[in-house]
Amino acid sequence: MSSKGSEVIIDSLRKQGVEHVFGYPGGSVIPLFDSLYDVKDLKLFLVRHEQAAAHAADGYARATGRVGVCVATSGPGATNLVTGIATAHMDSIPLVAITGQVKVPLIGNDAFQEADITGITRPITKHNYLIKDVADLPRIIKEAFHIASTGRPGPVVVDIPVDITLAEFKGEIDLPIDLPGYNPSVKGNVKQLKRVAKALAEAERPLIYAGGGVILAGASDQVRELAKKCDVPVTTTLMGLGVYPETDEKLSLGMLGMHGTAYANYAVMNADLIIAVGARFDDRVTGRVDAFAPYAKIVHLDVDPTAISKNIEVDIPVVGDAKHILDGLLELVKQKKHPEWIEQIAKWRRDHPLSYADGGLKPQFVVEKIYEVTGGDAIICTEVGQNQMWAAQFYKYTKPRTFISSGGLGTMGYGFPAAIGAQVGCPDRTVVDIAGDGSIQMNIQELCTAVQHELPVKIAILNNGFLGMVRQWQELFWDRRYAHTTLDCQPDFVKLAEAYGAVGMRAEDPDEVEPTLREAIGNGRPTLIDVRVEPEENVFPMVPAGGKIDEMIGPKEPELL
Amino acid sequence: MRHVISCLVINKPGVLARIAGLFSGRGFNIDSLAVGETEAKELSRMTIVVHGDDAILEQIRKQLSKLIDVIKVSDFTDVDFVERDLLLVKVHAPPAKRPEIMQLAEVFRGKVVDVGPRHLTVELSGPEHKIEAFLEVIRPYGIKEVARTGRIAMARGAQPTESTRRKN
Repeated sequence: MSSKGSEVIIDSLRKQGVEHVFGYPGGSVIPLFDSLYDVKDLKLFLVRHEQAAAHAADGYARATGRVGVCVATSGPGATNLVTGIATAHMDSIPLVAITGQVKVPLIGNDAFQEADITGITRPITKHNYLIKDVADLPRIIKEAFHIASTGRPGPVVVDIPVDITLAEFKGEIDLPIDLPGYNPSVKGNVKQLKRVAKALAEAERPLIYAGGGVILAGASDQVRELAKKCDVPVTTTLMGLGVYPETDEKLSLGMLGMHGTAYANYAVMNADLIIAVGARFDDRVTGRVDAFAPYAKIVHLDVDPTAISKNIEVDIPVVGDAKHILDGLLELVKQKKHPEWIEQIAKWRRDHPLSYADGGLKPQFVVEKIYEVTGGDAIICTEVGQNQMWAAQFYKYTKPRTFISSGGLGTMGYGFPAAIGAQVGCPDRTVVDIAGDGSIQMNIQELCTAVQHELPVKIAILNNGFLGMVRQWQELFWDRRYAHTTLDCQPDFVKLAEAYGAVGMRAEDPDEVEPTLREAIGNGRPTLIDVRVEPEENVFPMVPAGGKIDEMIGPKEPELL
Repeated sequence: MRHVISCLVINKPGVLARIAGLFSGRGFNIDSLAVGETEAKELSRMTIVVHGDDAILEQIRKQLSKLIDVIKVSDFTDVDFVERDLLLVKVHAPPAKRPEIMQLAEVFRGKVVDVGPRHLTVELSGPEHKIEAFLEVIRPYGIKEVARTGRIAMARGAQPTESTRRKN
């Protein structure tokens, strides 16, 4: 049975279990879109900017655990995906980006809407392909999905020239993949596991430092079991929020690092054993590398060997899949208690809670209200900056895949399209994008996407009229010289939402916040809420860049018991 | 410290660019890079000479291994191996000086591959120190042009290079 290249693409996607794709058409992908036109089991969500297609596929992947798929045309369509691909790459998100390309004979000729997207995305993809022969098409798409979703996940670009999508294909779709150079570790080394178990048995002040890798591996249950069995407090990175329920007032330390809780940072700096799982000792977490965790033996469990001892010297590395490794470890460890360490941590928690001063409509208050009104059961997406940090601090995450944020690249404009992707993947959940007035304007055109596809995403803009996080740095370190961070011109967000056919709401008083949120969440429509918050509020605690993480601006000096 | 690394890679377009990009993107120092076919036509061997301490070398090895197109990475540190560069050098050679230069080339077991009224081109292969020594010896005559390849290397003994220590 023969078919066209474009039909082969769709069949291959189907074989991978793809049901939702985010994309925008163009000349080089007309054949593909034409073949998609009659397909019922694979739905394309039309965005309004290709960057949003990439972010939506990314948010979809983070919310569901499946591979996100986006499609764009050649040239500017493909280059518009670049920021989204780089975002996914930094956070290790499984993404397959299919880009159109000019006809094979025209490649390299500066043809109309041609871009060397495989060259451009080489450093920001886990791998990429340019298809030159329609016979390779099904195998490469299968390989792309395999590479994107296994080992340390990441984005894969498949560049498909338009004549390939029109070419006649004869043969098998389901061919074996051929990747002799790719063999990610799964099981951890048993000897190393025994060393970890021994270190844990001997430690008196142990700590689990869990990152996004735990969520990617689906190992949150294992982390919880380990924490409870051996009485080990857990701190997470921004990417790991939700791994351990933050409602556990005994063992959950919340987030660590530059804007983490004081008690998480004190715990790290005083621990004698740190078990890092699926985290990469990023500079936002470590602060000054030579001063990080001075008393701790470091255990690092990770699927990617390059992450081990990249920034911090690791004492006991174990390479493999987090779930497998932790399952193996759980069989080796014994129950234990650390009453003094837990008591010390409880004291730090009592003395240095996250806090903010009263007076006006505070952004932290808005996040707390979102937590209350959603029952802590929403999927929270964020933009980048102060809005992101307050969303991480003041909402208590209890389940994985409920906090969706651009951590590594810090991409403003990520949150709203990611929320759209999350809503597509989880149609029965409440999805809220916590945004700033700067970030939300970067992909505001996606209000059309939400309205067209009836995706009832809620956007809560913490509107302070500033590029908040940069303004904070300028206030603290640059003599309050607000160079170009005052976003003087701002649209009337309510009118803007209504212009797009969405619902627009505003809250200007603390008393208005809860009823406005309740109405928004119950209305079943895409809704934008303009919350006018105190303009010069800062995110605290704060570890100055390159500082020691127990020397924070904000809380007072720690006391050791 | 200088290290010689040998990578077995898939022979297809873009692999060289990917590896070069990896090095430049992460700020690793390449002294030289040579790539060519192997006994298997779908595979190429890339020999890279890098500069750095043990920690950097470890990162380089692991980052290279992570690439999908790289099959195996071998490190020649602490292993007995043969290494060769190829040199072509055009020397200023008026007729009076020609015999001397040809004798020097013979001492180094080089070959004269081009001759003209005022120049000689010598081809020489060998380990780095031999190449350097020859260049020093003929420098006084006037070097007009030099072209050098990167290093290629192979483990001594019957075992293939990929079975030497320090693989991925």
